Amino acid sequence: MKDFMFVFRGPTPEDLKMSPEESQASMEKWFGWINQLQQKGRYKGGDPLMPGGKTIQGKKPVVTDGPFAEGKELVGGYFILSAESLEEATELAMGFPDFEIQGSVEIREIMKIPMHP
Amino acid sequence: MSAENSSQQLVDHLFRHQAGRMIAVLTRIFGIHNLELVEDTVQETFLKALQVWKFQPIPDNPSGWLMQVARNRTIDLIRRQQKMSDISEELRLRLQTGTEDAIQQFFLDTEIADSQLRMIFTCCHPALNTEDQVALTLKTVSGLSAAEIAKALVSNDATIQKRLYRAKEYIKEHSIRFEIPVGQELHHRLESVYTVLYLLFNEGYNSSKADELIRYDLCSEAMRLCKLLTEHPVGNTPSTYALLSLMCFQASRFDSRIGDDNSIILLEHQDRRLWNQDLIRWGYYYLNRSSTGDHLSIYHIESAIAAEHCLARDFASTNWKHMLKLYDCLLEYKPIPIVMLNRAIILAQLGLVEEAIGIIRELPGIAYLLKHHYIYNAVLGDLYSKAGNITEARGLLENAYELTPSLAEKKLLRGRIERLPH
Repeated sequence: MKDFMFVFRGPTPEDLKMSPEESQASMEKWFGWINQLQQKGRYKGGDPLMPGGKTIQGKKPVVTDGPFAEGKELVGGYFILSAESLEEATELAMGFPDFEIQGSVEIREIMKIPMHP
Repeated sequence: MSAENSSQQLVDHLFRHQAGRMIAVLTRIFGIHNLELVEDTVQETFLKALQVWKFQPIPDNPSGWLMQVARNRTIDLIRRQQKMSDISEELRLRLQTGTEDAIQQFFLDTEIADSQLRMIFTCCHPALNTEDQVALTLKTVSGLSAAEIAKALVSNDATIQKRLYRAKEYIKEHSIRFEIPVGQELHHRLESVYTVLYLLFNEGYNSSKADELIRYDLCSEAMRLCKLLTEHPVGNTPSTYALLSLMCFQASRFDSRIGDDNSIILLEHQDRRLWNQDLIRWGYYYLNRSSTGDHLSIYHIESAIAAEHCLARDFASTNWKHMLKLYDCLLEYKPIPIVMLNRAIILAQLGLVEEAIGIIRELPGIAYLLKHHYIYNAVLGDLYSKAGNITEARGLLENAYELTPSLAEKKLLRGRIERLPH
């Protein structure tokens, strides 16, 4: 088994201006998806990211407020999962509920650094 | 995270209903003139839930959690307004504790119920026109978005936004108070609340344009609010029970009115086994509760009429004589053409077809009604067909077909026209 990270990008709920009913519907889709991943024994954990933050870049590092990415490029959270292969991980990511609202998932294998090189 | 937790389901419409509760409580705290701020705060609360709950197990008491977030946010906002630099640290802390205690009071269950009732009464303020009352109630009491209201009332987003804006501005400019009126005014206000709830329900029950799901929501929302009224001493009146029982009887037939192919099934042809017996029992229960006091409301009569239908084993065995008495009674309260039309239908059921036709022909403004409303054409056409006047019947049913915007109605009428003898 390998470990993978799903990085979620998409508009913030704030931008989407969802009604209470729509918010609840969106959340229930997420529950369903996580539940599915857990039943398959693939889900290991995950966290949402706070909006805002700082970005530092440049040869003479400059600190700016907030992530640089705009709108749907914003990283909103991540999952850690286990899967047999990148193919399987990709298949699992197909269940991501926010494709309809311009969300995207980046699937990356987590490199396992050997203890004894 | 355990699998058990993540499979936890939220109650249907939890967010929507919580939105109504939160808006009511926060309005009590910030004042009705701050409705905008209140709505923003509620929105923020849901955003927070959305962010956290997607990734973590839902708390055991989701509604409590939401209320807690709203309360903390409220305390934050109030504290920011209270920042005074010219007092000692000690006084500041004491004031702070006092404020938190005071705010906490508003979040007690009994106070929430009270706030919700104030909200309903404010939305139904007689200075607002009925359309605005309905839209504002759906927005602030039921937690629907403008887009959802537009869908439910078969209107468009912009129109609803405008209505909501107009209503809120009016409330602000005229300093309408967020309170439950007393005395005679309470009596009047209850009447407009009933009207709004009755409209909401009928919009859901009868509108043939909106889609089935949202119509169902409208009906259950009207029933929920009516039930809310019965649970508060102020709204706990015979008329409220009568209205609630009427809604139960009507709702019991909700599923049997529409066929698989989306066509309308008339009362006469409905499969009565499909009627929801639980709702009918609730209907009787509330009708019983409504029979106290000496005030007979239109809702009492309409509920009795609906109950009469539920009592009959089939359409033919309906007690039409009793039905006629009820309609005579209703006519005294509501001397309007549609009631007269329905009474004429009862007469026809009692074999008095010619008399029924005569009555409809004599309705005030019948020429206008026949020109603009399909229902008068459809009913009159049917009666003529019963009386054997096929030419007249065909013409009227064709008119009805042209006038109705509803595809389901058109289908029904087409079938009837085709079955007319040649």
